[in-house]
Amino acid sequence: MISMSHFLILGAILFCISVAGIFLNRKNVIIILMAVELMLLAVNMNFVAFSHFLGDIAGQVFVFFILTVAAAEAAIGLAILVVLFRNRRSINVDDINSLNG
Amino acid sequence: MTTPSSFEMPNLLPAVPEIFVLAATCVILLADLFISKDKKVITYLMSLATLIGAAVLTVTLHTGETVITFSGSFVSDPMGDVLKVFVYLVTAVVFVYSRSYLIARNLFKGEFFILGLFGVLGMMVLISAHNMLTLYLGLELLSLSMYAMVALQRDSINATEAAMKYFVLGALASGMLLYGMSLIYGITGSLDLAEINAAIKSLDDSKMMVAGLGMVLVIVGMAFKLGAVPFHMWLPDVYHGAPTAITLYIGTAPKIAAFAMVMRLLVEGLGDMHVQWQEILIIMAVLSMAVGNIIAIAQTNMKRMLAYSTISHVGFLLLGILAGTSEGYSSAMFYAITYALMGAGGFGMILLLSRAGFEADRLEDFKGLNERSPWFALMMLILMFSMAGVPPTVGFYAKLAVLQSVVGVGLTWLAVLGVIFSIIGAFYYLRVIKLMYFDKPVDTTPLQGSADMRIILSANALGILYLGLMPGSLLALCVAAIG
Repeated sequence: MISMSHFLILGAILFCISVAGIFLNRKNVIIILMAVELMLLAVNMNFVAFSHFLGDIAGQVFVFFILTVAAAEAAIGLAILVVLFRNRRSINVDDINSLNG
Repeated sequence: MTTPSSFEMPNLLPAVPEIFVLAATCVILLADLFISKDKKVITYLMSLATLIGAAVLTVTLHTGETVITFSGSFVSDPMGDVLKVFVYLVTAVVFVYSRSYLIARNLFKGEFFILGLFGVLGMMVLISAHNMLTLYLGLELLSLSMYAMVALQRDSINATEAAMKYFVLGALASGMLLYGMSLIYGITGSLDLAEINAAIKSLDDSKMMVAGLGMVLVIVGMAFKLGAVPFHMWLPDVYHGAPTAITLYIGTAPKIAAFAMVMRLLVEGLGDMHVQWQEILIIMAVLSMAVGNIIAIAQTNMKRMLAYSTISHVGFLLLGILAGTSEGYSSAMFYAITYALMGAGGFGMILLLSRAGFEADRLEDFKGLNERSPWFALMMLILMFSMAGVPPTVGFYAKLAVLQSVVGVGLTWLAVLGVIFSIIGAFYYLRVIKLMYFDKPVDTTPLQGSADMRIILSANALGILYLGLMPGSLLALCVAAIG
């Protein structure tokens, strides 16, 4: 039987993978965007699990809103990425270093 | 699943200002398509009219009572109304200051004003949130507008790079905040902030640990948005990289909204866990004051210096909140409002000195300002004194009020640290004054900037001085708003 803790552990693992993906990744900005999406999905996993086991629908409503906002966020993130690529001709994380101090 | 027996119309009255701003912004969005490039001033005037209209609605609908509507997800209370009026005021000032700067850089387009107004709507929703869902939606509406605004100058390497950094760290912060919210929801079984606070009282120890983890994650998310150390890395880069008009927008009104977010989540939602979050806020406040004030000394770029100054001001703001008393909350509210006004003036001065092809964002650009324009050198003097906390400007009363509230709860050592760090901070503010008054000007071009901007910038600085001489009315307003 799958209990609530299984879902929570899965959510926590996904969350940790996404945080590690943001901080450890030194290659490509697109991977960071993927990690951001994964982070929101980890949160969704938590909300759905809690919502189901609490018998409260509000958590699942929250998930719909997170999905919508994540779509908008991905659109803006990719738009910024395109503009950045036009200016720098690179989406390498190590190249994004002109602002320092 | 039960089907609702009858649909009950929510009470829309408390949300009328939000509905108005949403409708007006959509109208401007459409109207802007039909306005030719050289007539964008119409968009600008419509945006200002929207803000004035929203202010009139908020003031006329103000009852002084707390009304909760939309099934508990939206609240209209005195604190929210006061903060909203200042958000409109500061945003209108930002729009006026930005006009000539944007025209000179070919950025005077509808996007700036439309995104700015959507950001205002986000701030309003955030201020009025009474449910974690509304709070999240308001925050995202504000953040998404700001990410896009930072990238508005599409051909600038610095601006797009700043936008990318802001986006990634902002998204990370939202993720942390949401994960914390999901844990709190799971433990308390509710998204409503008042119900969460009630449920936390009756938790046993093991559940309290999970709620504590949720609280820590929520605080991390909020600290990112506020720019408190150790989650401040994005702030100097974004302030530096973004066009100054957009730095002005990001650095002012959203701070008022961020204060409201902390009040709603920590005080209204997790008020019972005050002992736990107080410790975290103490660490963040001390680090913010230290890092902000010390690193600012090393900066040669005015925008970066003001960014570190913002970090130190956030530290002071947190002092008021962590006190956990109503005096503390009202002093923090006073601090947030006065900081937004001072920040508007400070970045406004950079905008006044800039012209086409010249950013005026280095410290040496302020050299000899007294010889070029004695009046605006005096205005800058008032603003710098106020940020440093020198009497008789309002910055002094704001610092005094938060320090008093901290002493009031027996954390005298924290107040002493606050005073020490603000003395260290006085150095870099006074350096700007020294450059203005005792150095020879490098660049002797007369100041540009339209008449309306000059008048409002003068009013802004004189207002800081006036509030410093007569802080009573604003202080009383904050005390009454917190209740």
